[in-house]
Amino acid sequence: MTNSWNDIKNTDLVLIMGGNAAEAHPCGFKWVTEAKANNGAKLIVVDPRFTRSAAVADVYAPIRPGTDIAFLAGVMRYLLSNNKIHQEYVKAFTNAAFIVKEGFAFNDGLFAGFDADRKAYADRSTWDYELDEQGMAKVDETLQNPRCAINLLKAHVERYTPEMVERITGTPKAKFLQICEMIATTSVPDRTMTSMYALGWTQHTTGAQNIRSMAMIQLLLGNMGMPGGGVNALRGHSNVQGITDLALLSTSTPGYLVLPNDREATYADYMKPRAFKPLRPGQTSYWQNYEKFFVSQQKALFGTAATKDNDWAYDYLPKFDTSYDVLKMVDMMAAGQMNGLFCQGLNIMLASPDKTKVMTGLAKLKWMVVIDPLETETARFWENHGEFNNVDPKSIQTEIIQLPASAYAEEEGSATNSSRVIMWHWKAADGPGESRSDIEIVSDLHLRLKALYAKDGGAFPDPIVKLTWNYTRPRHPDPAEVLKEMNGYALEDLPDPADPGKVLLRAGQLLPSFALMRADGKTSGGIWIYTGVYTEAGNMSMRRDASDPTGLGIYPKWGFSWPANRRVLYNRASADPSGKPWSERKKYVWWNGSRWTGGDVPDYAPTVAPDKAVGPFIMNQEGTARLFARAAMPDGPFPEHYEPMDAYIANPLHPKVSTNPVVRVFAADAKSFGTPDKFPIVATSYRLAEHFHYWTKNVHDNAVLQPELFVEMGERLAKAKDIQNGDWVEISSQRGAIKAKACVTKRIRPIMVDGKPCDVLGLPIHYGFIGFARKAHPMNVLTPSVGDASVNTPEYKAFLVDVKKTTPPAQPAVA
Amino acid sequence: MAVTRRQFMTVSAAGLAASSVGALGFVGAGDALAAGVRPFKLERATETRNACPYCAVACGVLVYSLGDKSKNAKSSIIHVEGDPDHPVNRGTLCARGAASLGYIHSANRLKYPMHRKPGTDKFERVSWDFAMERIAKLMKEDRDKNFIAKNRDGVTVNRWLSTGFFGGSSLSNEAGYLTYKFVRSTGILGFEDQARI
Repeated sequence: MTNSWNDIKNTDLVLIMGGNAAEAHPCGFKWVTEAKANNGAKLIVVDPRFTRSAAVADVYAPIRPGTDIAFLAGVMRYLLSNNKIHQEYVKAFTNAAFIVKEGFAFNDGLFAGFDADRKAYADRSTWDYELDEQGMAKVDETLQNPRCAINLLKAHVERYTPEMVERITGTPKAKFLQICEMIATTSVPDRTMTSMYALGWTQHTTGAQNIRSMAMIQLLLGNMGMPGGGVNALRGHSNVQGITDLALLSTSTPGYLVLPNDREATYADYMKPRAFKPLRPGQTSYWQNYEKFFVSQQKALFGTAATKDNDWAYDYLPKFDTSYDVLKMVDMMAAGQMNGLFCQGLNIMLASPDKTKVMTGLAKLKWMVVIDPLETETARFWENHGEFNNVDPKSIQTEIIQLPASAYAEEEGSATNSSRVIMWHWKAADGPGESRSDIEIVSDLHLRLKALYAKDGGAFPDPIVKLTWNYTRPRHPDPAEVLKEMNGYALEDLPDPADPGKVLLRAGQLLPSFALMRADGKTSGGIWIYTGVYTEAGNMSMRRDASDPTGLGIYPKWGFSWPANRRVLYNRASADPSGKPWSERKKYVWWNGSRWTGGDVPDYAPTVAPDKAVGPFIMNQEGTARLFARAAMPDGPFPEHYEPMDAYIANPLHPKVSTNPVVRVFAADAKSFGTPDKFPIVATSYRLAEHFHYWTKNVHDNAVLQPELFVEMGERLAKAKDIQNGDWVEISSQRGAIKAKACVTKRIRPIMVDGKPCDVLGLPIHYGFIGFARKAHPMNVLTPSVGDASVNTPEYKAFLVDVKKTTPPAQPAVA
Repeated sequence: MAVTRRQFMTVSAAGLAASSVGALGFVGAGDALAAGVRPFKLERATETRNACPYCAVACGVLVYSLGDKSKNAKSSIIHVEGDPDHPVNRGTLCARGAASLGYIHSANRLKYPMHRKPGTDKFERVSWDFAMERIAKLMKEDRDKNFIAKNRDGVTVNRWLSTGFFGGSSLSNEAGYLTYKFVRSTGILGFEDQARI
């Protein structure tokens, strides 16, 4: 979230699209209720289903799954063509006035630089600004130049007329325009809209561009950096924010740094594209400090083994030639290219799309280690569960070791919620039996491996043998000690550059801020964005002062919000270029004549005066936010509507480039996509209020509340297929077929798409063959093994199926 | 002064005896009533602050456990409720969080390390030492055999692709950081978590 759960109460308009907070995040949704009751806010819900969020909305609009960009680009067209944008904000704080290079173009669904053989934009050099002789970006403050980013954007979204939006999305034109008008009311300085989204936006082949579309809308409206504004990801697992920050991700390192790749043979090669020099005079371009964060991280990981002479142990890190993300790993497993696998609290058999492919992959592994508090389908994929998992154990040669992990309430440590607030939790009891904490398990494995390599040698032992593990109790490190290492500390006395006689920090003292990190090896710190969480003043994540001096829901002394305890990102933009709040009603951070002040930590250098014209988006080289993304996205600097891979219609905008042209399709999956002649129904997956992923089918109460898999479908479809409520039906896709009980409802209604009625059905994700709920066919039998062009998040939210009446499953349905 | 339910009943009984009810011959009724009330369990419980394990609202919870934490006494969690001091959830929990005691005590919780040999149809209980020694050995064998020190162009790449690691997004930050260190140090690139999917 750019803002926070509590900040939602400050909004005037909530748009829930790509999520269903009332059911998936009920206790966060209370802040929507608060905004409605006490701030006069309105709620808009756009969703294929009439959800419980929709049930309390002021306006609900249906949408065909996988067409969000068409809707959002239509909103942008409405705002731009009706002059419902925050002019001064857009001009001063975005790259609206920046002049884009001559060669940039968009024709028939493709941006400039497409290489049809490689299915990639091989040449993205034109996706950038014109530069002057000093290497600064050229701008036209008058916005007259047709190549100004905002003029290119206007031209790009011109095709998304309300009629085209209706034709693609199925949202009735009148409803769409009503929503546009409501959104447009927040373009004035004293009103804001908040965007709340979740997997409904990410799980598409255009996932990252869905979210980018909303960021662009919020910039046009002047709602970024404002109380009650922002783009707010409602994240899934309790610490998925922390684990993302910590980069348990193929090509990342903690704090949003990037792992080296094959083209960066030397440390100099790696650092060269990371100089991040400002693209406009006097801009902050905070990533100029990249090397300080990287070197401090290498010191945390490898200690004295990371020296200037060995380029801070650069070669201890693996280099990547391609992304080894979840879909890629499953593809490699299925191709027999992997031998071993660890599943630490991740039930891959249900969590990855195309269950048949996952099964094939798991069965080809030589060994698998499952670390989990619960029984999982993954740990028992070799077990026969009748038609729900019809396998022969004798034919599966995978050796499996299943380790019992302790769970929630059985360990202490910190976790980071969706608002980026790091909070400590305390242990209440030991776990059952011989279960052990994940910290203990990982420490034990590392120390054993380290001992083996130290004794026997082997392939490049250095990074393992020299990895720092100097904890007081190495086999069971104290989480507080680990958090200190993450925060970072001085390795030598740090003199004050302004006054060499003065020492800023003594050797061994904890860093109060990442601003003290250095690229010369004198500081250590595992994750720069967390610096400040554990200082000489103590463990800030333990703070539980629930005071809120401004009444804006900032709670500055509750836990620690990264970065730098800042609760709303980009908050300098809540004041106009002269430093005055845009409006008294939305006053948040402002210039008091000598420094930036307000209830939150300013996202800005605290004493830089407004007349220096330093932009509020300090991470960007331009100092502005980007309406035009430059080459940051692999599928275009502007969002464009592409059909899901299981395409329901030919893309009306450019039928020859119907789907996202740069999506990665594995050779093994080339024939795995469905067509509407065989599979004429659009399906989407979702979560129930009573279940959490695949865990709570192991919890008796939840299993009783929602005991079995069902498929939700509209009355028109049920009637056409002669299906009654409660009938067993078979749902099939190009990947496979499952059985489920029909739930015939008024919550999903057919919508008119491209002139024809389109039926939609929905499937909850939670069921499998382990647990106390009734055994079921995992629904990921149906979903395609393909992901977002930017980050390869699987396309679970839009795929094609057919449905017909069938007989009950052969096996008794009780687990 | 904190008044427990039992003390409250006793005090009430004293009040009752001194009142006209006592004069009517019902002396002792309050005592009997107090004796019949079960002690309020949470009174003896230890209160621990934690966070709901499910979604990323990460609601504050109060976890109540019995057991005095002496050396040979094992605490047992008996109750979970929303933390009223927490600014985000203010004491509330949803259908999942409110039932999270059932997760802690689920009959499907794993208790012991288990081993499934190739081609067999059952898990067998093993010791931690056996399991960890076996995993370390399997890792080293595969890594030593398939580690890629240089790519075809002779660039040092130091990667290990034949083993992968799916991490969990419900780990604490500290467990996550140690997992990162452990996995990255081996050169594994197939390293992911639920954030991707």
